[in-house]
Amino acid sequence: MSSHVISTPRTTGEPGERILRYTLTERVNHWFAALTYIYCLITGLAFWSPYMYWLAAIVGGGPTARFWHPWLGVAFTVSVFWMHQMWDRDMQITDADRRWAKVIKLYIENDDQNLPPEGRFNYGQKLFFWLMFYGIILLLISGIGLWFVEDIPWSLRWLRYLSVTVHVIAAMATIAGFIIHIYMGTAMVRGGFTSIIRGEVTADWARTHHRLWHEEVMRRQPPPGAVGSRK
Amino acid sequence: MARSWQLKAGFMSEATLAIKKISGHPGPAPGANVERDYQVAKLIDTTTCIGCKACEVACLEWNGYTFTETFFDNSYQTMPATTWNYWNLIKFNEHEREDGTLQLLMRKDQCMHCADPGCLAACPADGAIVQYTNGIVDFQQQNCIGCGYCVSGCPFDIPKFDPTTKKMFKCTLCVDRVSVGLEPACIKSCPTGCLHFGSKEDMSYLAESRAKQLRENFGFEKAGVYDPSGVGGTGVIYVLHDVTNPEAYGGLPKDPHIPWVVRFWKGPAKWIGNLAMLFGVIGVTIHYFRYGPKEIHPRHDNGGKL
Ligand code: HEM
Ligand code: SF4
Ligand code: SF4
Repeated sequence: MSSHVISTPRTTGEPGERILRYTLTERVNHWFAALTYIYCLITGLAFWSPYMYWLAAIVGGGPTARFWHPWLGVAFTVSVFWMHQMWDRDMQITDADRRWAKVIKLYIENDDQNLPPEGRFNYGQKLFFWLMFYGIILLLISGIGLWFVEDIPWSLRWLRYLSVTVHVIAAMATIAGFIIHIYMGTAMVRGGFTSIIRGEVTADWARTHHRLWHEEVMRRQPPPGAVGSRK
Repeated sequence: MARSWQLKAGFMSEATLAIKKISGHPGPAPGANVERDYQVAKLIDTTTCIGCKACEVACLEWNGYTFTETFFDNSYQTMPATTWNYWNLIKFNEHEREDGTLQLLMRKDQCMHCADPGCLAACPADGAIVQYTNGIVDFQQQNCIGCGYCVSGCPFDIPKFDPTTKKMFKCTLCVDRVSVGLEPACIKSCPTGCLHFGSKEDMSYLAESRAKQLRENFGFEKAGVYDPSGVGGTGVIYVLHDVTNPEAYGGLPKDPHIPWVVRFWKGPAKWIGNLAMLFGVIGVTIHYFRYGPKEIHPRHDNGGKL
């Protein structure tokens, strides 16, 4: 079930009113993905550069980091596929996104009043989702090559070299997205961080950042009296 | 019983060998190049090897491993390759010469102790691989994280993984013996004298004279010394009947070098990646200084006038 059809509490349209943006399941999924990714990031960076090898110490030392990195990578892959299961439909690029993308400069410059309205996720969020989705597929495949490097026969050793190359490039691409994602979710778009923890945003927030989604929520609001279950 | 590498770890810390290079170390290796030591080398004369495998047994004995199960594949080959606890293996190859006659090539396979070691270049763990000034490349299992990068870095397919301890192993050139003035165990055991150990200079001289002798007196016109320059020369050198075709000796690479992917990955890629990450973080910070957080403007209802 796509999450934007969940029943929301009665929406009155009051400016300070809180509406449900992420269900409990979505929030659990997000943090499962976030923590497993961050673990892979810390340990991966430790192996990446001698100047960051100390990072391995904060997760239990080099051998421990080496043992868990691939497993938590697999866990992260699972969480991303689960997320895909829930959000695939919400993440499709729409005409609204295409209009928005044309004037993305206004978004970057915080001139949001002049932006065309967006749905539940904006174009940037969707790009980040697909970057992570395709990124993890590459990371998984190349990661298995690194994991079982000795089992790649000598005659196919180009696969060993390819695994390293693909893993590093895919990791760097996801890190680029990750930096922007963290910045936007904590510093730039205030209220986003609490929404992914407690699930709620204010109606004003919804109208500002995801107007089409807010309008949809308003349309779907249950008739007065029939209070929807809050997940 | 403590594993031999654990014993060695204790022993090694007291060894007096000077260090030249350390794997995965930020900045220069402490104490590097403060002391000059002569380069050591092992010379293997494949033309006088009889394939008796005494060196294999000596290696197992000295390093505390037991003999491994063998297999039969219609040749003298007893197992396909070295393993984590079997560092030294004779490769048997039946080689057909141009005139149709058969030649049995026997080559003692082990770590080559490259002057420019790909294993060390690839290793991310501080001090898991060291190269001493005498040229010996040694794995320090107490620092190894078992990532397998050395496997990708080595042009001779030498490092092998022990799934139980999750550590990498390979021939140490008997560093524990050499550091106290003894020659490697394999050298001691060779009945034909096809193995020699000494300074790289002496071994190169001996090898060249033997190759000359083979060319001039025994009709091996292509005889020569295998000391590949692609890895800066090696601490193990071979005399081959035909130095133009090292592949015939159980796949000895003709022009080994550290794979360029590994070189790029451990060189420019590090800087490109690190700078990209740094600029990313600086970039968003400056963005924040310039534009700050987004404002809420719910009542502004032009819905995007564009
Ligand atoms: C999808 C499952 C994944 C698997 C199976 C996997 C596996 C591996 C393996 C086996 C290595 C070699 C060293 C080690 O084992 O620690 C490695 C290195 C690395 N991984 Fe992953 N990984 C995965 C996901 C990720 C993710 C999500 C990231 C996120 C940034 C990541 C970043 C890195 C980095 C930066 C390195 C170091 C590369 C280098 O040394 O230059 N990996 N990975
Ligand atoms: S042969 Fe392989 S393991 Fe030995 S020193 Fe050279 S690169 Fe390292
Ligand atoms: S497995 Fe090889 S590359 Fe990795 S830490 Fe151990 S010695 Fe270094």
